Amino acid sequence: MTTVRIVITLKPGVLDAQGQAVHQGLRALGYETISGVRVGKCIEITVPDQTARDEIDAMCERFLANPLIEEWWIERDQDRDGTGRSRVPVLPRSQGS
Amino acid sequence: MRFGVVIFPASNCDRDCVHVLRTVLGQEVEEVWHEEQSLDGLDAVVLPGGFAYGDYLRAGAVAARAPVMAAVRAFAQVGGPVLGICNGFQILLEAGMLPGAMLRNAVLRFRCTMVHVRVESTQTPFTRTLREGQVLQMPIAHGEGNYFAPGSLLSTIEEAGQIVLRYCDAGGRVNHGANPNGSVRNVAGVRNPAGNVVGLMPHPERASEDVLGSGDGRLLFESVIMWLETRKRSLVGA
Repeated sequence: MTTVRIVITLKPGVLDAQGQAVHQGLRALGYETISGVRVGKCIEITVPDQTARDEIDAMCERFLANPLIEEWWIERDQDRDGTGRSRVPVLPRSQGS
Repeated sequence: MRFGVVIFPASNCDRDCVHVLRTVLGQEVEEVWHEEQSLDGLDAVVLPGGFAYGDYLRAGAVAARAPVMAAVRAFAQVGGPVLGICNGFQILLEAGMLPGAMLRNAVLRFRCTMVHVRVESTQTPFTRTLREGQVLQMPIAHGEGNYFAPGSLLSTIEEAGQIVLRYCDAGGRVNHGANPNGSVRNVAGVRNPAGNVVGLMPHPERASEDVLGSGDGRLLFESVIMWLETRKRSLVGA
């Protein structure tokens, strides 16, 4: 079995109200240089190793994404180099406040 | 007439729909659980508002694949009238029974307020007895009611007269100020090409008794009842 990660975002040009709200939140924290935020979702599915890309695309097209407003990309376990996970140590939320 | 009100896990306007149809309008009503696979004996079907299946993935996405939806699709294909209200509208969009998609409200807020809508199409069982340009007052209550269709699809449905309701001001003017959620071209409701499937974001069942501030929503239910009675008479007479 292998884990496949599907990242779904709104298509460019489709209004992302959630992204705008997060953008405002980041600005409120002082991150003034950020010029855009888009929020999507990540779905990890565990499938047999031989599962074809076409089949995963079909799952996205039929259910996991709404092709009218969303697009997706697919990342397999073996594609990862291990550097993609959180690189910054998690700081306690109280720090600095 | 015999109405079916479909109940999904986390539907929350089903009782209101049952109340209006049964108590206010004196119709027979069957409560249809989402696992039901047959709608035999029903004259019309209502998909009520709520947060079916918790709105997981996308509003209406999981509900659109529930067992009952195959039956609703078959019911619609033979001309049965289907009304989707709020979350029910989102479910019909996700099921591909109506064109377009819903985005989060552009205003970044859940909108719970009374609105005016203008009737744009009377070519549906639910608006047949109304007149084009008629202004109705009904409440909305949603966080994802920002109707969206890509340009080419929008042109297609506008040219085909598939827009049933648009948000407007009290005088019936469709303008930016009257748009509560950012919907493209102020769209508040659409229909399928045949006209028998209609989805709308406002809640007619919450505006069907004058004591609630508006009785305008009742007009949609009365329209479909009259349409069904006419159809029945013509079938019996044939």
